Amino acid sequence: MSFDIGLTLLVLAVAAWTIAARETFVAVVGFVAYGLLLAFVWVRLAAPDVALTEAALGSGLTGGLLIGASSRLRRSQSPAAEEAPGVVLKAAAAVLSILVSAGLAAIVLLLPDPAPTLAPQAAASIAATGLGNPVTAVLMAYRAIDTLLEIVVLLLALVGIWSLAADRDWGGRPDRRVSTDPVSVLTFVAQLLVPVGILVGIHIFWVGSVAPGGEFQGATTLAAMWILASMAGLVDAPAVTRRWLRLVLVIGPAVFLAIGLAGFALAGAFLAYPESHAKLLILIIEIPVTLAIAATLALLVAGPPERAQR
Amino acid sequence: MSAATLYGFCAAVLVGLGLFGLLAHPQPLRKILAFNLIGGGVFLLFGAVARRGAAAGFGGDPVPQALVITGLVVAFAATALAVALLLRLMVAASQAGSRSDG
Repeated sequence: MSFDIGLTLLVLAVAAWTIAARETFVAVVGFVAYGLLLAFVWVRLAAPDVALTEAALGSGLTGGLLIGASSRLRRSQSPAAEEAPGVVLKAAAAVLSILVSAGLAAIVLLLPDPAPTLAPQAAASIAATGLGNPVTAVLMAYRAIDTLLEIVVLLLALVGIWSLAADRDWGGRPDRRVSTDPVSVLTFVAQLLVPVGILVGIHIFWVGSVAPGGEFQGATTLAAMWILASMAGLVDAPAVTRRWLRLVLVIGPAVFLAIGLAGFALAGAFLAYPESHAKLLILIIEIPVTLAIAATLALLVAGPPERAQR
Repeated sequence: MSAATLYGFCAAVLVGLGLFGLLAHPQPLRKILAFNLIGGGVFLLFGAVARRGAAAGFGGDPVPQALVITGLVVAFAATALAVALLLRLMVAASQAGSRSDG
């Protein structure tokens, strides 16, 4: 219990620092630390799958994205039109925030006891799928529709980002935010770490059926390895009009949707799997989906095309 | 007090901190950061609820845990879109500025 209290205080202190820091870059670094501490909290809450996702995506990729954005914003000369709000407005914001916190804390105290749970239903679906990890079973079978829609949301976000490209840059490659020094420490680290990281990503994906892990955590690791290699100048982002790239992006959701529709014929409902082949079908879905998520996440970080194709 | 309740309180304070940052910071990137802080708090609150729903031999209710994973991915997509909009706005603003100067 004392560990939990200490961890709570630490999370709150880092979160407050993230809000209070004067420099945006310092705040972003605080946010990365905040995400890693939250991953510890998730372990304490018996949710190792969420802890992996939080560490890789909530802290790692989001942190990388925000660090890139803060350094680009700092280079630009636009501190214009950013006056700080007055004391009255700040006080009002503080009062409102305290009220919201107090309301949520009251809700925590008033939660029904015994707590409602869907664990027994999820356990029943595990038995039908042959998966050992309850969270993967929920993501791929019990609530597969959420996962399908989420992958579509990822694609929509990418379409949104690509549509922000200037007209003259369309069809080009995302901006290259790297120093292309072939003997830098970054290049060395990338050459050393990326092959290992790719193996780790595949492993996290593969063990997801029986142990903490799964396609989102594995895909995030793969995306992070691609981002590292591209930062070190070892690979370049592909032009957004490449056909193979589009194929990788849509084949995951397409296979998912096709097998989901086949569920009508084979098992009588959308996204239902026939019991004898459930695990095989889930695997057939997961492999292209993992590739599609990894590619989408990496391209979301890379941003809109900014270099026109010659 | 159980660990779930403790982290529930922690989540409540995180949402408040993030909300204050969202309202009080003038810079857009700090607002995006604060928004993600709120998100962390909301997911943690859901995690506390999941921990209380431990049953059927699991340490927590796997359904809210899976939904939090989904939520984290969607939150990342929204953040990436917001950052791209912000950077595009910056470029557009500097182009408009240089045009009116010259």
